[in-house]
Amino acid sequence: MSTQTLDNHSAALDAAESAASHLITIVLRVRRFNPEVAAEAQWVDYQIPIDPKERVLDALHKVKWEIDGSLTFRRSCAHGVCGSDAMRINGRNRLACKTLIKDINPEKPITIEPIKGLTVLKDLVVDMDPFFQAYRDVMPFLITKGNEPTRERLQSAADRERFDDTTKCILCAACTSSCPVFWNDGQYFGPAAIVNAHRFIFDSRDEGGEQRLEILNDKDGVWRCRTTFNCTDACPRGIEVTKAIQEVKRALITRRI
Amino acid sequence: MATEVSTEDAVELTGSSSAYGPDNPAPVIEPPRARTQRSPRATRTNFELYGWLFMRLSGVVLVVLVIGHLLIQLVLDGGVTKVGFAFVAGRWASPFWQGWDLVMLWLAMLHGGNGLRTVINDYAEQPNTRFWLKTLLFTAVAFTIVLGSLVIFTFDPNIR
Repeated sequence: MSTQTLDNHSAALDAAESAASHLITIVLRVRRFNPEVAAEAQWVDYQIPIDPKERVLDALHKVKWEIDGSLTFRRSCAHGVCGSDAMRINGRNRLACKTLIKDINPEKPITIEPIKGLTVLKDLVVDMDPFFQAYRDVMPFLITKGNEPTRERLQSAADRERFDDTTKCILCAACTSSCPVFWNDGQYFGPAAIVNAHRFIFDSRDEGGEQRLEILNDKDGVWRCRTTFNCTDACPRGIEVTKAIQEVKRALITRRI
Repeated sequence: MATEVSTEDAVELTGSSSAYGPDNPAPVIEPPRARTQRSPRATRTNFELYGWLFMRLSGVVLVVLVIGHLLIQLVLDGGVTKVGFAFVAGRWASPFWQGWDLVMLWLAMLHGGNGLRTVINDYAEQPNTRFWLKTLLFTAVAFTIVLGSLVIFTFDPNIR
C-alpha cells in the first residue's frame, strides 16, 4: 500500500516535471529605482522559470506577483493597444506586452530599463507630462470653420488613406524616448507629437493645418529632426514615423516657398 | 506604491544621503529641459526652415566646390608640392577662382557655423553656457568670413 502511494507520488511528480519541461530559466535584469530607499538606480537580477513563448510582460508579472511585489511598472490592457508598457528591453524601446521571450535571446540576461529622456519616478515608471504636453501643443483634435454639418463629414477613401499610417499611434512614447534630439533637449516636440499633428494636417476634413504647421515650424519643431530613424525602428505599431516628419517638412517648404 | 514625488521636498533633502524613506524620498533626476505649459510659444518666423533648407542646398554646392578645391590643390599637377605664393597668386589673377574661393569660404563657414549652432542647442544645458558658446561661434564665423573676403579682394601679387 505504502509502496503504491509512493509510486503514485513519483508518477505525479514526473507528470509535473514533464509539464514543466518546456519552461526555461531566464534572468531578468531590471533597472530599479526607489527614491524611498536610495538615490541611485541599480540593476537587480531575477531568475525565473518561464515558457519562452510568453511575453516580457508575463515575466514582469511573475516577478511582481511571486517574487517582489514592490516592482513597479505601468500596464493596462496588456495587449499592445493602450501603450502603457513601453520600456527599454535589451537596449531597444519596445512594448513589454508585444515582445516574446524567445525573440530576444533568453540565454543572456534580459535587461529592462525605463524609457529614456523622461524623469524616472520609480522603477519603470516615468513622468509622462512633458510628452503629453507636446502632444497637447499640436492641437490633436479636429478644427473646422463654419457651421456644423447636419450629417457626418464625408471623406473619400483616398483622402482617408493619405493619413492612415499616423492614425495608428497609441501614444506609448517609444518613439519620442528613442530620439537622441529629445534626450538632449526635452523641449523638442518629439516624433509622437509630430505624428499626431500629421494625422490632422493631412486630413481633408480638418482646417487647422496651417496653425499646426506654424507651431511645428518653430525652433523646437520639425526642423530639429535629424532623420536618425530611431523612431521608426522603435514604433511598436510599425508607423513610418520619420516619413511622417519628412512629409510635414515638405508641406512646410511647399507652402512657405 | 508611492510614485508621487514632491520635487520641493526633494530639493530640500538633497544633503541628507542615508535616511531616505516614504516621508523623505530621494530627489528624482529631471531632464535639464522639459516641455511644460510655460515653454515658449511659436515665434512665427521661418528662420529654422530657411536654416534647414540652406544646409541642404549649400551642402550640395560644397561637395562640388570642396572636392574640386582639394583635387586642384592636393592631387592634380604635382600635388601639394606645387602650392606656393606664386601658385596662389596665379590662380587669384582669374576672377573665376576668386569667385570660387569666395563662395566656398562663405558657404563653408555658414554651413559649419549653422551645424555647430545646432550642436550647441542640443548639448549646452545651461542658458548661459549656450549664450556664450553661440557668441563665441558667431564671432569666430564672422571674423573668418571678413578676414577671408578681405584677403581675396585685396590680394596683391606684387607685395614684397
